[in-house]
Amino acid sequence: MRYVDEFREPARLRAAVEALHRVTTRPWTIMEICGGQTHAIARWSLETRLPKGLTLVHGPGCPVCVTPVEVIEHARRLAIDASVLLCTFGDMMRVPGTGGDLLAARAAGADVRVVISPLDAVELARARPDATVVFFGVGFETTAPTVALAIEAAHRLRLPNFAVLAAHVRVPPAMAMILDAPDNAVQAFLAAGHVCTVEGTAAYPELVRRFEVPMVVTGFEPLDLLEGLRRAVLQLEAGRADLEIQYERAVRPEGNPLARAAVERVFEVTDRRWRGLGVVPEGGLRVREAFARYDAEHRFGRPPAHVEEPGACRAADVLRGRLHPTSCPEFGRGCTPERPLGAPMVSSEGACAAYYHHRRIQRHP
Amino acid sequence: MSDPIELSCPSPSTGYERVVLAHGAGGRVMQRLITDLFIAAFDTPQLHRGHDGATVELSPPIAVTTDAFTVTPRFFPGGDIGSLAVYGTVNDVAMCGARPAVLTAAFILEEGLPLPELRRIVESMAAAARRCGVRIVTGDTKVVEHGQGDGVYVTTTGMGTVVAKAAIEPASVRPGDAVLVSGPVGDHGIAVLAAREGIEIETALRSDAGPVHEAVLALLQADLSVHCLRDPTRGGLASALGEVAQSGGHGVRIDEASVPVRPEVADACELLGLDPLRAACEGRFVAWLPARHAARAIEILQASGCERATTIGEITSEHSGVVVLRDGAGGERILDMLAGEQWPRIC
Repeated sequence: MRYVDEFREPARLRAAVEALHRVTTRPWTIMEICGGQTHAIARWSLETRLPKGLTLVHGPGCPVCVTPVEVIEHARRLAIDASVLLCTFGDMMRVPGTGGDLLAARAAGADVRVVISPLDAVELARARPDATVVFFGVGFETTAPTVALAIEAAHRLRLPNFAVLAAHVRVPPAMAMILDAPDNAVQAFLAAGHVCTVEGTAAYPELVRRFEVPMVVTGFEPLDLLEGLRRAVLQLEAGRADLEIQYERAVRPEGNPLARAAVERVFEVTDRRWRGLGVVPEGGLRVREAFARYDAEHRFGRPPAHVEEPGACRAADVLRGRLHPTSCPEFGRGCTPERPLGAPMVSSEGACAAYYHHRRIQRHP
Repeated sequence: MSDPIELSCPSPSTGYERVVLAHGAGGRVMQRLITDLFIAAFDTPQLHRGHDGATVELSPPIAVTTDAFTVTPRFFPGGDIGSLAVYGTVNDVAMCGARPAVLTAAFILEEGLPLPELRRIVESMAAAARRCGVRIVTGDTKVVEHGQGDGVYVTTTGMGTVVAKAAIEPASVRPGDAVLVSGPVGDHGIAVLAAREGIEIETALRSDAGPVHEAVLALLQADLSVHCLRDPTRGGLASALGEVAQSGGHGVRIDEASVPVRPEVADACELLGLDPLRAACEGRFVAWLPARHAARAIEILQASGCERATTIGEITSEHSGVVVLRDGAGGERILDMLAGEQWPRIC
């Protein structure tokens, strides 16, 4: 497949690994923010090919992982309401709320549907006037535009029975929070390529200046990641802190104006609790007052009170990059994808699951 | 005696256009459905005898297997639930090292299922059975109330005479064995998903649903030591390799680049965030045999219609129960079985 195969080509991969080794003379710690990148790093065993001393920290960029338990529980309770038909992306089906997961709710009679696009949920609302169709809107800047379009479509169709449970999160404020922590060890970022495809790079120059941290907007193929790392290391070695775009074939500095406009029309920035990080100032999106009738929180009330994590799960440390997944005492023992203790083991993009699926024969050094 | 008005009706069974509860009630309506549809389509001497069961002549040892089929949508590019119910069970008999000979078929029909649709499914089963050279010798029909089933469920049981000389099972697999796959993987799972979700992909995806027993029998009749056979259905190649590795207590190393995947399947998987190695096949099998027999086995498979049969890896004594995938650049990772269903990812 064009734009994929050439970015996985073995000879080019080897050359990119060598190039990274050539420019690295000192130990550095770099965080890739996006779960898709974490997954690709594990999938292509890139960590085993890094120069000695170059440490990757896996950031909190998995939408399933950062959605708080109480929000998942809120969705589950809505689902078991007989008048509600809950639509969700597939990843959320197996993430437990306090009362179990959506798969169990469905088995107990709740009407829960996996959809690929939020617009499918609007179609369902049109076909099922007897039910209130609630779309569970999770995800970063990448999923917000289609959810915004779904709300606008419902508005245009005057559908009284469609609502969104909005749990959307924004990446740059979380990066600021990580950099601002007193024990932060991250020296450079690979910024999330697809988030920037939508949002552009306007938020980053200020972070680069304020924290003097190199930032390379990076893609998701192994060659992208190796090149993103090489550019970040080059900056670190030279004592520079700049914003660079490695993922040029998809990212423009201004992002996708149509998608941004749709988000801007329907959502507004709000403080939001991230699982593992706490409340991130300006870290989320909520439905604007003008569209309140499509806001599930407006219609059904707020989520239950904040729930603390179960004791053994160290998701908070993993999501902040303080603990490598394979160094967790529960990894692969008390916590597996079949019986996850926390969200990073459930989602395909969760750091723990990425390591469990691809790398559990090697313990992390 | 039949009512002459009914005889002129194009759809079988008393002029109903859909399955009604009477089709399962044991009376004349049910009788007509069985005679006009099932017996007419399957057309075997055992069924024409009109008895509750069938006697068959099979030389021992006999392999027996059973499988229940449910699929949404019932008709998909490359097949339907009927052909799937025949090929799936025929292939399972073949995986026991046996020549499939007879099938039984049980139908659970939901009230309201359009009868022309049922006819299409039954005729597809009959055609698939003829293609495989197996006879459907007995069966059963039940009807459940509307809303109690998903249109139609089919359960088939298959039997055949074992032709393999040695035990075909995970315990027979040895370190150093070669692992072969009979063709491209993931076609069925991705084709059905695309049909179900209404995903339109430029190139038409088709299920690989089809029989593999002729190729398996060709392997078994050659002078080769086939150690194990498995058809990678649910969970795909990853589960077939993982299950056999866990049961047999060995490790597997697969060369990722050697696993055949059609470009259209690879493309759809990239778009949806799915793994073709974890997507179902319904017309492929994996064979484990000594490495020195691999080249000959591939020749035989290619001559039996499996043009893209190839060696994909080897059995190791390390990492017992684990499948390790080596990528083209020399990296290694685990090919894990799915915990549950494979879902398209969020973003």
